Amino acid sequence: MPRSVYMDHAATTPLDPRVLEAMLPYLKEEYGNPSALYERGRAAKDALTDARGTVATLLGAHADEIIFTASGTESDNLAILGAARAHEAKGKHVITSAVEHHAVLACVEQLAKEGWRTTVLPVDEFGRVKPEDLAAALTEDTTVVSIMLANNEIGTVLPLRDYAKVIRDWKKAHNRGPLEAPFLHTDACQAAGALNLDVVKMGIDMLTVNGGKIYGPKGVGALYVRRGIKLRPIVFGGGQENRLRSGTENIAGIVGFAKAFELAQADCEAEGNRLAALRDMLIGGIQTRIPKIVLNGHPSERLPNNVNVSILDVEGEAVLLYLDAVGISAATGSACDSASLDPSHVILAIGRPYEFAHASIRFTLGRSTTKADMAYVLEQLPPIVEKLRAISPVKMQLDGTITGSTSAFVGDGRPHWEKH
Amino acid sequence: MSDDIRNEHTGERWVYSPTVKDHFFNPRNLLLEDPAAGEFDASGMVGSPACGDVMHVWLKIDKATERVSDMKWKTFGCGSAIAATSMFSVMVTENGGMLLTEAVKLRPQDVMKRLGGLPNRKIHCSVLVDKAFRKAANEWFRTTGQVDHIQVDGARVIDAATGVTDKDIEEAVLEGAVTLEDMQKRLKAGVGASEEVRTDIEQLIRFYKEKYYG
Repeated sequence: MPRSVYMDHAATTPLDPRVLEAMLPYLKEEYGNPSALYERGRAAKDALTDARGTVATLLGAHADEIIFTASGTESDNLAILGAARAHEAKGKHVITSAVEHHAVLACVEQLAKEGWRTTVLPVDEFGRVKPEDLAAALTEDTTVVSIMLANNEIGTVLPLRDYAKVIRDWKKAHNRGPLEAPFLHTDACQAAGALNLDVVKMGIDMLTVNGGKIYGPKGVGALYVRRGIKLRPIVFGGGQENRLRSGTENIAGIVGFAKAFELAQADCEAEGNRLAALRDMLIGGIQTRIPKIVLNGHPSERLPNNVNVSILDVEGEAVLLYLDAVGISAATGSACDSASLDPSHVILAIGRPYEFAHASIRFTLGRSTTKADMAYVLEQLPPIVEKLRAISPVKMQLDGTITGSTSAFVGDGRPHWEKH
Repeated sequence: MSDDIRNEHTGERWVYSPTVKDHFFNPRNLLLEDPAAGEFDASGMVGSPACGDVMHVWLKIDKATERVSDMKWKTFGCGSAIAATSMFSVMVTENGGMLLTEAVKLRPQDVMKRLGGLPNRKIHCSVLVDKAFRKAANEWFRTTGQVDHIQVDGARVIDAATGVTDKDIEEAVLEGAVTLEDMQKRLKAGVGASEEVRTDIEQLIRFYKEKYYG
């Protein structure tokens, strides 16, 4: 067996044993339904109340502002669809950014199909929306603005406070109260465990977090919704979660999520510093050992666990398969590795050519990551790249130009997803 | 992934078959150095780095027998692209080499069969090696005056309003578009706007669906 180095923590994290410990009673003896009146039901309800309190405290929020869901995706759906539909009398316009997770982008696309006007804001070369672009996009009919706190692919941290201020100023100028549209939602799934998530300090209205990225269970998410903001549910039934998310609560999952969130936020700073040092060691090491490397994302305003580089002239999936053969798990933005066969929309949004997206490799570090793991990756990656570059007929330059003849390329050399 | 290939002997699931894995990790007939002038009789390159796949092949042809005596290649692409090119190079050169006129008839399905299958969404990648090969073969046919053997991958415009060709539809089916709606999403929103064209397109979808997915 080769060494096993898991470097895909942005995809998901292993379950913390302390979290499992906290969950176990609710998977075994404490199986009650929190809606029930008897002892076993009350025990479940107490656990739910405690978990809600824990999550609220970590976000600087009130307990009644927390809605538990089944995923980050569901939280994003509830926030965007729920707020847009509840406030459609104000207008049918929503704003998001070009680097959002599909959980957000697909909601916005759905609203477009239902007749909403949608604005997808461009980002700078590091993946950040310019506050002035947001200011220019706000109109009388804007109901929801959804911009992520930190990007899952390239790790860039976005200045949410600046966006909140833009919206606050706009509301002041237009005599809109804090419970009137437009509302600011942020997907903080990647930021949890790495950044402070105080919703009041950030000045946001809705925030998404989930369990599977913070060493908690998969299949649990939470949505913070500021008191008094109306949402329309997307799941209907028994009226659980303040009538916003029907369905018997996943008590074990929710307890585990709260525990994981607590552990992650408590460790946030020390672990962040440790990971940032390892991250910079890996980025520096790759740049020193392999020629023709482009760093994707911001060099410093970046999640402490994210490394994303384009390794020119090689295709990402091929690199991943070779890395997997030596026990290293990583990710790519190459079209070949996506179900849709489209390259990463994030790498394209920061202005890189398609070739750079196909060549992008993401390593995301986590609690188990050590200095020895970095050394192992730095030892294994260069010969893999060298081998694939020897096989490759493509010779690109760092400025995106290609040396050699391109006249041989079929069609006009433009990819299928551009011919739409 | 749902379309993972299962090894029938070990039960192990991997995104690719054991044969694909073998050809990916141990590619055959690779050309590592740039060839000297006149070292090969013909060459052909297709694909585009923007699309994620580029294949360049070089051929040696036995002038007396018109058989492929050697094929070398370079590929920029994913696992199946590299494995398909490698397998194709074995198929045309094994057993004394294929007749060039036979080798140009090889189709992606033939390569796929020898590879023990490919995930559906990946079939498109292996389509390129036969195109690169035909391009090189055409060069040989041109230089040796056998113009009647030259094969061009022609495309017929099916939907005049959008300029969509039968090749576009074939590629879209290979990439998993199997309904008119999929096709509109992948190609152009207005594809099949007129009733007449829509029937044509739906027929083509059925044809390619059966051809590739049985």
